[in-house]
Amino acid sequence: MFNQLGTSIKITLVLLVIVSGIYPLAVWGVSQVLLPRQANGSLVKSSSGAIVGSTLIGQGFTKPEYFHPRPSAAGSGYDPTQSSGTNLGPTSDKLINGVHKKLANGKDDPNNFDGVKDLAAAYRTENGLSATARVPVDAVTRSASGLDPDISIENARVQAARVAKARNTDVSAITRLIDKTAHGRDLGFLGEPRVNVLSVNLALDQEYPLNKSLVKPGAK
Amino acid sequence: MATTLTNKPSAAPSAPTPPKVHGPRPLFDPPIVRRAVRDAFFKLNPLVMAKNPVMFVVWVGSAVTTIIFAQDIVKHAGGWETAFSGQIALWLWFTVLFAGFAEAIAEGRGKAQADELRKTRSTTMARRIVKNGKEEAVAAAMLRKGDICVCEVGDIIPGDGTVIEGIASVDESAITGESAPVIREAGGDRSAVTGGTKVISDMIKIEITSNPGETFIDRMIGLVEGAARQKTPNEIALNILIAGLTIIFMLATITLLPFAIYSVQQAGSGAPPSIPILVSLLVCLIPTTIGGLLSAIGIAGMDRVMQYNVLAMSGKAVEAAGDVDVLLLDKTGTITLGNRQATEFIPLPGVGIADLADAAQLSSIADETPEGRSIVVLAKDKYGLRGRHFNDGEVEFIPFTAQTRMSGADIGHSRIRKGAVQAVADYLTQSGSTVPKELFEIADGISNQGGTPLAVAVDGKALGVIFLKDIIKGGMRERFAHMRAMGIKTVMITGDNPLTAAAIAQEAGVDDYLAQAKPEDKMALIKKEQAQGRLVAMTGDGTNDAPALAQADVGVAMNSGTQAAKEAGNMVDLDSNPTKLIEIVEIGKQLLMTRGALTTFSIANDVAKYFAIIPAMFSMLYIMSGHAHGPLWALNVMKLHSPYSAVLAAVIFNALVIIALIPVALKGVAYRPMGAAQVLRRNLMVWGVGGILAPFPFIWLLDQIVVLLHCAPAH
Amino acid sequence: MTLIGWLQIVVFFGLLLALTKPMGIFMHRVFEGEPTFLTPVMRPIEKLIYRLCGVREDDDMPWTRYTVAMLFFSIVTLLLTYAILRWQAYLPLNPMRLGSDKAPGWGTAMTPDLAFNTAASFTTNTNWQAYSGENTMSYFSQMVALASHNFFSAAAGIAIAIAFVRGLARKSATGVGNFWVDLTRATLYVLLPLCIVIALVYVQQGMPQNFHAYHTAQTVEGSAQIIPGGPVASQEAIKMLGTNGGGIFNANSSHPFENPTPLTNFIQMLTIFLIGGGIVYTFGIAVGNVRQGWAIFAAMSALFLLGVAVCYWQEAKGNPIINAVATGGNMEGKEARFGIASSTLFATITTDASCGAVNSMHDSYTPLGGLVPMANILTGEVIFGGVGAGLYGMLMYAILAVFIAGLMVGRTPEYLGKKVEAFEVKMAMLACLILVADVLGFTALSCVTHVPHPATYWNTVSGTPPSVNALASANTNNSGPHGFSEILYTFDSATGNNGSAFAGISVNTPYWNLTIGIAMLIGRFLMIIPLLAIAGSMAKKKRVPVSSGTFPTDNALFAGLLVGVVIIVGALSYFPAVALGPVVEHFLMLGGKTF
Repeated sequence: MFNQLGTSIKITLVLLVIVSGIYPLAVWGVSQVLLPRQANGSLVKSSSGAIVGSTLIGQGFTKPEYFHPRPSAAGSGYDPTQSSGTNLGPTSDKLINGVHKKLANGKDDPNNFDGVKDLAAAYRTENGLSATARVPVDAVTRSASGLDPDISIENARVQAARVAKARNTDVSAITRLIDKTAHGRDLGFLGEPRVNVLSVNLALDQEYPLNKSLVKPGAK
Repeated sequence: MATTLTNKPSAAPSAPTPPKVHGPRPLFDPPIVRRAVRDAFFKLNPLVMAKNPVMFVVWVGSAVTTIIFAQDIVKHAGGWETAFSGQIALWLWFTVLFAGFAEAIAEGRGKAQADELRKTRSTTMARRIVKNGKEEAVAAAMLRKGDICVCEVGDIIPGDGTVIEGIASVDESAITGESAPVIREAGGDRSAVTGGTKVISDMIKIEITSNPGETFIDRMIGLVEGAARQKTPNEIALNILIAGLTIIFMLATITLLPFAIYSVQQAGSGAPPSIPILVSLLVCLIPTTIGGLLSAIGIAGMDRVMQYNVLAMSGKAVEAAGDVDVLLLDKTGTITLGNRQATEFIPLPGVGIADLADAAQLSSIADETPEGRSIVVLAKDKYGLRGRHFNDGEVEFIPFTAQTRMSGADIGHSRIRKGAVQAVADYLTQSGSTVPKELFEIADGISNQGGTPLAVAVDGKALGVIFLKDIIKGGMRERFAHMRAMGIKTVMITGDNPLTAAAIAQEAGVDDYLAQAKPEDKMALIKKEQAQGRLVAMTGDGTNDAPALAQADVGVAMNSGTQAAKEAGNMVDLDSNPTKLIEIVEIGKQLLMTRGALTTFSIANDVAKYFAIIPAMFSMLYIMSGHAHGPLWALNVMKLHSPYSAVLAAVIFNALVIIALIPVALKGVAYRPMGAAQVLRRNLMVWGVGGILAPFPFIWLLDQIVVLLHCAPAH
Repeated sequence: MTLIGWLQIVVFFGLLLALTKPMGIFMHRVFEGEPTFLTPVMRPIEKLIYRLCGVREDDDMPWTRYTVAMLFFSIVTLLLTYAILRWQAYLPLNPMRLGSDKAPGWGTAMTPDLAFNTAASFTTNTNWQAYSGENTMSYFSQMVALASHNFFSAAAGIAIAIAFVRGLARKSATGVGNFWVDLTRATLYVLLPLCIVIALVYVQQGMPQNFHAYHTAQTVEGSAQIIPGGPVASQEAIKMLGTNGGGIFNANSSHPFENPTPLTNFIQMLTIFLIGGGIVYTFGIAVGNVRQGWAIFAAMSALFLLGVAVCYWQEAKGNPIINAVATGGNMEGKEARFGIASSTLFATITTDASCGAVNSMHDSYTPLGGLVPMANILTGEVIFGGVGAGLYGMLMYAILAVFIAGLMVGRTPEYLGKKVEAFEVKMAMLACLILVADVLGFTALSCVTHVPHPATYWNTVSGTPPSVNALASANTNNSGPHGFSEILYTFDSATGNNGSAFAGISVNTPYWNLTIGIAMLIGRFLMIIPLLAIAGSMAKKKRVPVSSGTFPTDNALFAGLLVGVVIIVGALSYFPAVALGPVVEHFLMLGGKTF
């Protein structure tokens, strides 16, 4: 019976070499040679070579001239070391109404949280919607990873007017840019049509720069 | 010791007899019911209860609820809460009682039967033969194995034994309920006698084969009373399933308390369920229906076999009967009537058919065998030949002997002979005549059609052949078709040649046949089928059948058979009617079906009970302002009046369903011979889907009644 | 719900159906030792492994020895994982120095209880993540301690299922196969080749495969963002194919690095079911009647489609409270690229199987939408299920179904010509009982347990001040019935070796790490042992030939019966618990109540 123990140890070591050594290293080798961009995290670099982010990882945008991503629950927002959703359930008061507390010193409690209603109100104000307008749901809900790089096309369209105004251009130009940057469904039926926020914002800076001196050296 | 009996003890068993003395009692015979009610209370003894895990849990639940009720009374707590726990306690006790009653009533039928059997065991005196050949009178109870006794007309046979000398007719109605006397004779396959039966003609010497307390009747009493009843393998497995489910439901119920405590704390409303409600939920969920009826089903199954005058030595045998894949059936007496009948006279070329008929009739006038008489009748009916009278000395009848294998008559100068074709041919050759080859051709033709040819010769000249035909019992074809539908293969065992066997097999509709079978062939066939994983059933009566009977999974010995055969088999047919094997198989199947149906029903019932109790249990949890009940009350799909009435209705339903299903447990579920797929579809609809749906209207109705009688609040 | 959403579901199911037969035939050949197209490459490696480890290929093990081998193997790999995790600071491929004093501020310690929980989790194919990969695990730990288990536990699961099938298929036999041979073949022929292909497709779609230190990006608006790396693609491939579900990152398959596009999402879903579906066909071949396999497949499919329909319907309908301000169904905890259809399909699949990878947060689902994954696990993950585990779990249900309903055809029950007798019923009930006790017992315990003193150790979330409330249940992220759902789902997932979570609950504390770890070990091994006992006992039996009196187990009626038994047995065991969680929450949500 205990010779099974010996076999267990031997076979564990032998298989480890294969599945934890040869296999991942082989995939690493092939992909570093053939697909280095993807294998290294789809990083976006500025002309100076500084890393601006990854097209796959969402990042925070709050300025009116940029498209805003979805709210994020990763750390203090879009923190890839803390990927996470809110994990709040449908009857969570925090999720719906948020938490708004003041500390003794009169400052906001760092644990304060914007609920769906707060987010909707802010979104309406930002984008000039009526106080009762129903907003695209992805704009007021947090993604599963907290790093969602995309927003829905509807969400982007609602934001187009604000962006256009901030960039002194007309909405149709921005809408065209959205259409140009948008991804359709994969293979025509998988997933949802979407706009990559980093890509569309880099394209905005490229095509409708706010001010020459502030142009971010985006994708080429 | 000569016999005065004229008709030879016929090998022909009676046609399928409807059950006689032991026949169907009404399901609820008043004396049996009275005794069962009394026994149900005896079964409340926790030591008895502990053997049935499901009912033991109910028993404990009843006790706990009763204690809580008593505490409430002592504390003078009034109100619905107390009334509720009191009623729950009461109905839980009823649940236990009903289960006990079900078992008691099933046992009661056997007990009544055992009482009748005991009466026959009255103090009989035996005439024992001692060494010097003298007789001495001893009490039957003193007889030991190996003693020799003499029994004469009017004597009760003092114990089980084997006839070692003589032949007698015996009234075995005491054990079989069959009033027609049977023949018992030394040697051969009808030598066994049973203690308690009565000699009604002649005298026999018997050797006692069993010690006191071990006689057939003693065993029979034990069996019908259920004293020797052991759980069958399938029953044990089912018990494990039921016990497992019971534990699962106990886990579900017990953990519900902490879940509820947490929920109440979160909700800030409602209260954790009280112990009586938790006990009610538990009792409603655990399979009390099947738990309460399981042993009744098993006892009733053996009882049903008994009603067919078959004595099953164990419940296991009855269960195995349901599983049988192959039935070995002896041709004679089982498939065909024991005697063949003449159906046609076939003359040789150049012989007038009337001449042949005349000769055939003359040869058979003195032949009292059924075959012989059928020849006379055929000649009379078809050719108008009446029986003739002969003066003394004018005619000499030649009886059948094993040597000549012929019989006949010498009338004046004519010598008329009839017999097996080969025998007659030999006879003709010896007397210098030639045998026409057509004789054999006709004979083969008859064999091919499953008949038996008898050649007729007059004065050394062959006239033709009598076609003796096996008469297949009525309805056998349909029954074999049913067997086939149920997936059971029927095999006919016969000593006939393969040609005849094939023809009869074809006509009777059996699946296969074993021709020119010797006892060892039978044994080999059983072993072959068993090696392929099949279960085999057979009947047998002779001593040489004993090994095969023992080998077969279901061996039904004929009561008329030898002691060895009866001991080898696991059932004894008291009527000695081999056709009953088919009924036994059907009873076995019905027994298993009943178990499956009630188990399924019992589990399916739980769905409705959940919908009664869970909303009631959490009716005030997470209550929102402006509402009378909490959100879970929405699950009260039956619109039951109040939490109390809902739980009470479910518990009452749970108790009453046991009573309501007692007839099903005792009689078995409706049974039709069909293929397994059809049976399954039907039973799944009735007991599965029906089991899910049926409780809803009944619980609703009970809720109405409970509120109407002010046993529970309406809101 | 949209037409295109349904199209994804239909195409997914169609592809699964198409792949089942070839996959089933392939696996049958592999485990019968018949040549396949991979034999020229793999056979020499296979033989070398046997020689190095002293395995005799023709050594047919009885179920007891098979079980002992499996247990020893599990113990060895469990200890190895524990050791690596505890010592990761001293091991290579740890550019961020995680687990050491020099770890960055966002790093999380690898405590003994967390290491135990994680080792148990990966050994049992649960892949419950009490840790956040990106701030806790070094690349070496991911690759050697965790990803290796993705292979091992999956291969062991397949081996056990194959042994179980042999038990049913063989007659009058004592052996059920050789564990080492089955384990090696499952790894070399089934898992590894598929993984290599899939991993490269994943990289092409954007999944990283590197070993460099985390990059710090300067975002467009000027803040710093740390972008992690890692051997993601190679681990993702086996994570799904082996129905493991333990990813590199905390957010698992919702993380854009773990699941960058809807296409990778689709491949991930397909690979979850690929082996689970194929092995059902393998079973059909092995028992000599592929219809037997298809009947099981049909029952699984019906339950799968039922689950995804309810889940998709509920999530698309959304939360009325949110619907008052927004349009588009329930997108809380879902990724924009997947949308509701791909998320609910994934959630259903990952819990039908014991995968537990998530591409959306089940905790944020609507009550009935979240009930689907919960119920999928509660019923034992028998819908295609974990590799191997799904089949033997469903066959256990089949045996119970045959036993209960089989009597109704008037014969003592038999399955595939084998009599189902007291021993099999005892073992099947034991397995059922253990699972129910494991889920309900630990949930009940955690509902009311005041963690023993010092509460500051037993239930303190690392990095936060000691909890004043010593109730274990205080760790839930939600109040009201949803808090109960979180606790129930936790032990449901642990027992079912799923690994998905209503992830709001803070479980990285000694109390939770230990209880969950124990629950996972019970759920895996105390279920496997009775099942292997059944396999051993069935193998010994004679096979009764089929006749028209035989209970048919290869038709639609039986598939329907099986579906009914799975639902009824599950519902009866868990209805009260579920009523206090998702069901009551559903009504409360409709009433607009929040907690």
